[in-house]
Amino acid sequence: MDEDLTDPQLLQMFEIMYKIRQFELTAYDLLGQNMIPGTLHTYAGEEAVATGVCLNLTDEDYVSSTHRGHGHCIAKGADINKMMAELFGKKTGYCKGKGGSMHITDFKVGMLGANGIVGAGIPIAVGAGLTCKLKYPGRVSVAFFGDGASNQGTFHESINLAAAWNLPVIFVCENNLYAMGTDIRKVTANPNIADRAIGYGIKGIIADGMDVLDVYKKAKEAIEHARNGGGPTLLECKTYRIKGHSRYDPALYRPKEEVEEWMKRDCITNFKEKILIGEKHIDQNVIHEIEQKIIRQIEQAVNFAKESPFPENSSALEDVYAEDLK
Amino acid sequence: MREIKYVEALNEALKEEMERDPDVILLGEDIGKEWQGAFKVTKGLEEIFGPERVRNTPISENSFVGCGVGAAMTGLKPVVEIMFGDLILLAMDQIINQAAKMRYMSGGQASVPIVIRTPFGSGGSYASHHSQSLEALFTHIPGLIVVQPSTPYDAKGLLKTAIRSIDPVMFFEHKFIYKKSGPVPEDEYLIPFGEADIKIEGSDLTIIATSMMVWHSIKVAKELKNEGISVEVVDPRTLVPLDKKTISDSVKKTGRALIVHEAVSRGGFSGEITKMIIDEAFDYLDAPIKTLGGLPTPIPFTPNLEKFVVPDPKRIKKAVIELVP
Repeated sequence: MDEDLTDPQLLQMFEIMYKIRQFELTAYDLLGQNMIPGTLHTYAGEEAVATGVCLNLTDEDYVSSTHRGHGHCIAKGADINKMMAELFGKKTGYCKGKGGSMHITDFKVGMLGANGIVGAGIPIAVGAGLTCKLKYPGRVSVAFFGDGASNQGTFHESINLAAAWNLPVIFVCENNLYAMGTDIRKVTANPNIADRAIGYGIKGIIADGMDVLDVYKKAKEAIEHARNGGGPTLLECKTYRIKGHSRYDPALYRPKEEVEEWMKRDCITNFKEKILIGEKHIDQNVIHEIEQKIIRQIEQAVNFAKESPFPENSSALEDVYAEDLK
Repeated sequence: MREIKYVEALNEALKEEMERDPDVILLGEDIGKEWQGAFKVTKGLEEIFGPERVRNTPISENSFVGCGVGAAMTGLKPVVEIMFGDLILLAMDQIINQAAKMRYMSGGQASVPIVIRTPFGSGGSYASHHSQSLEALFTHIPGLIVVQPSTPYDAKGLLKTAIRSIDPVMFFEHKFIYKKSGPVPEDEYLIPFGEADIKIEGSDLTIIATSMMVWHSIKVAKELKNEGISVEVVDPRTLVPLDKKTISDSVKKTGRALIVHEAVSRGGFSGEITKMIIDEAFDYLDAPIKTLGGLPTPIPFTPNLEKFVVPDPKRIKKAVIELVP
């Protein structure tokens, strides 16, 4: 493992992943109780990806996200009270109740928005990369997207554009093997999305998306490359979701053996047992305290969301344009 | 006052705004020094502002528009050229699902100060993929501003306003107006959105016309003046926001309204203007409102058919005469 990382850094990784997991499992339960309207797509299982990538970023770097975006928000430093309130459709949410799960945005931490259209965030990240290049050299932009999005035109067009213009953009494919219920191996002949990078004249890297240290290390390389003017990288993280695609999806299309195999590789359990306790001999009480702190924070977020008011109907007409049109 | 061409007026607007604000950049296919834009709107700009700000894109409309959206969200002011209006359809997700809704979906956090400008319209035997008038599609979408200037003066003043707008603007330039000339002051000026312009004053009937149809309607108004019919020609200039007051005041004055656009009549913006007149000026009408638009066909290739499917001065004149006893 990476000797450069200190115990506090490793514990920070654990804390972020654990926070995402608890947020997601809690939100999923609340969805089941109809406390949260609509649907949501949980990031549970994929925490190592957002965590490993975003720990290499600052608030001034940009990310564009997907319909499965809660993990990116938390890893980028968003406020879980405002996130939970948004899931509840409350006035105090990030989008004042107008966006919901698939549109959480926090410009203060460079989170340009989750996105309801598969693949649509990719060119937006390229545009943010263009801003970095022209206005803020040294900043970078990250496009998160899934295996499903890798077959959208925007994937190909955006990587081509970013490569041609040498923009500081890192394309992070979260390959969880299934686009809703469609097995990526049935709709793409080469299961390694990263292999496509060569076609655009950039580097493609595969990371173990269940291993936060591997993601961290490989993302660090790609991000530093971009910061130093080296241009884009395609980083594919092999990962797996714990739950189905969304509400009402028991994910029966995934073979039981495959699910069991991946669950054995759970990014949080393994990191805690093998690295934090096994290798680093960190006191289990320290870890337990972090877990309890997160659980309290999530409870507070749920209470904040529950107690917050719904927006007034009149607010439906606000924020369509910057100013009222005649 | 000096007279310059519409294409030159647009070029001046881009140049002045790029000089004024270093965040203004241009994106588009073949807009750089090699080709200078398919219709030469960006002529000479790469030579002045360099390839970092005048960026030739690959042929990837959805993604270079999306790139403009992301750049706009993070501090740049992109002006994106779509080579032909028909090609906008390749970028609809980024325009409608992203640019138009971003402020709303984010609860007011995001601004998308992007201008998407494009030549549109028929008249050159470019056939069905290079001749459409699609502006009405965008007027339906909350969050977009829709501009359709007809004269060099309007083109320059409105493009400068569009570039300074913090909301996304769809800017439609008729490709057969590019070479038409008109007075444009040397001094700087801006034209606000939502202000229609009365191109010719009259008292018997109001023609509400857009883009190329403004030129046709002015011609008809001049002809009819000699025949004793006094026609007022009103150009909305921006469809969203729409200057309801100027249009409805004119109809209240004349008592008759003819609405003309090149776009296919069915589902066209003339329906919206009709509705607005009914809401605002119904009691003043002396005749039913009449609309004149393109026939419900794609734009055909061969010259006689192409001319046949869009309104021309002859048809506009006939419609006026039918309305004025």
